[in-house]
Amino acid sequence: MNDLQKLAVEARAQADEPASLVMHFTADEPLRMDCGVAIAPWQIAYQAYGELNADRSNAVLICHALTGDQHVRNVHPVTGKTGWWETLVGPGRPIDTDRYFVICANVIGGCMGTTGPASTNPETGKPYGIDFPLVTIRDMVRSQAMLLDKLGIKDLFCVVGGSMGGMQVLEWAAHYPERVFAAMPIAAAARHSAQNIAFHEVGRQAVMADPDWAGGRYLDMGTRPRKGLAVARMGAHVTYLSESALHRKFGRRFQSGGAPTFSFDADFQIESYLRYQGITFVERFDANSYLYLTRAMDYFDLADEHDGVLANAFRGTRTRFCVMSFTSDWLFPTRDSRAIVHALNAGGASVSFVEIESDKGHDAFLLDEPDMFAASRGFIDAAARARGLA
Amino acid sequence: MNDLSRLNTEPHPDTHPASERLDLRLMAEMVEPGARVLDVGCGDGSLLTLLRDTRQVDGRGIELERENVNICLAKGLAVIQGDADTDLANYPDDAFDYVILSQTIQATHRPRAVLEHMLRIGRKGIVSFPNFGHWRVRADLLLRGRMPITKNMPYSWYDTPNIHFCTIRDFMGLCGEVGAQMERAVALDGGGTPVRMTLPWWAWNLLGEQGVFLLRRERG
Repeated sequence: MNDLQKLAVEARAQADEPASLVMHFTADEPLRMDCGVAIAPWQIAYQAYGELNADRSNAVLICHALTGDQHVRNVHPVTGKTGWWETLVGPGRPIDTDRYFVICANVIGGCMGTTGPASTNPETGKPYGIDFPLVTIRDMVRSQAMLLDKLGIKDLFCVVGGSMGGMQVLEWAAHYPERVFAAMPIAAAARHSAQNIAFHEVGRQAVMADPDWAGGRYLDMGTRPRKGLAVARMGAHVTYLSESALHRKFGRRFQSGGAPTFSFDADFQIESYLRYQGITFVERFDANSYLYLTRAMDYFDLADEHDGVLANAFRGTRTRFCVMSFTSDWLFPTRDSRAIVHALNAGGASVSFVEIESDKGHDAFLLDEPDMFAASRGFIDAAARARGLA
Repeated sequence: MNDLSRLNTEPHPDTHPASERLDLRLMAEMVEPGARVLDVGCGDGSLLTLLRDTRQVDGRGIELERENVNICLAKGLAVIQGDADTDLANYPDDAFDYVILSQTIQATHRPRAVLEHMLRIGRKGIVSFPNFGHWRVRADLLLRGRMPITKNMPYSWYDTPNIHFCTIRDFMGLCGEVGAQMERAVALDGGGTPVRMTLPWWAWNLLGEQGVFLLRRERG
């Protein structure tokens, strides 16, 4: 078995038996989803760092992005890479695990141990596949709230997340305002734009056009739509970067020899990079999960859940907000964050906003951005003082 | 955007450190305790902090410079990185009890529009600005033939953020045009001390280095 095959086997095993904490919900504790279906039994996989204090007031919830998971700051059980937000979360970091109890749960519909299309359907003994009900951002948040209930955590000191994670942060603040003391949505939007839905649709069509997708039943057949998912990932990855970052990292540089091969091999470094991104992704991520989670983002429109007026989502809220965007992010551009800020202002909320100067595009929120860390630290430290956690 | 914050860190031969505090304290005293306040061009948040600590206000800020926004965040203030010229339009009517333009209006592109938004968003407005009618400014122009550089206006003409200078009389004229009633008007001298109330307007305009105005919408 080669390394990629090993990766695929280990990733597949995570769906039902993840290498992390798991909370099980019985048949009497269904998750009622927006699409009208209730699933039960179900489970949610999560990681926790730091200690919950005596009055349970120092819990921080991290919400992960589309292809992220609960492994915020530990070595990833499948890829062996360091946690995806170790720069922001950890001892002495802005989200200080010496001071706060930090939780991150795999989203519903995901493939890292929370119930999703790759999980075994208890009624059939086979993977759900596309029999799994369609998921929304609110379903993700609802499932996280049920986890916190079981952990005995009534309210959160802070909810933090970027991109799809930022959507969950907004949904948390709108749906459970009394449970959120502070909220930090980063590189997010209160609704998915037509352009972003379009990109997602291209990705989904690539997956579904792959014969190995097999109408969504590929796990039963022992196949995977590798080519389709890889193309989806390659396309999406471009949207996470910026023109200037691509130019800086790759330019028009050739892969080897500095000359074209007059073929369709990966001549350019950028091609080779994208192919690598695609190949590694397909082994660790379930293709159906990718369909479900992109769809959840597409459906997200927080104003629509509040009579078409975004400000209504936050009216009378006592949550303190810190909204952040990045100058070169064209997928979730600054104007999307400003729309959130305007709605929060109109709703009378306490809101701060920072636009971080970066040429790294949407991905900047995952990278080493000192200004983002400084703003996060300032906001969280001040919120901690206000909550008596200092 | 806020010159005062820069002044605090940049010593100037003419600087009296206590005078800036006097200027802020004077504005803070114009605000009723517990009010909702928007400070447009809040700089490093000195005034918002003073208002929070001495007047228990619910304060918000808008600030152009990210470094200043980060300083404000660390102070626990709610501050939005933004621009007075473009962002005020997004605030609903009567959202605040007070809107403050502390050393900001002379740096905006459209002072009249900013002032109108201020009166729309807030029940009352407080505006402070360097007075271009001060005798030293007039003397620089009249005798030296040079654009003035003073404590409150420490920049050369070619790199100043202050693009719309006015005198106290000019500002009063604009207040009349936009229908702003003056509830209080104070001119501060070089030491930050209010110029004596008994003096006529022309003397204020000559002796005041800064004008500080408490405004409200004209009734009807």
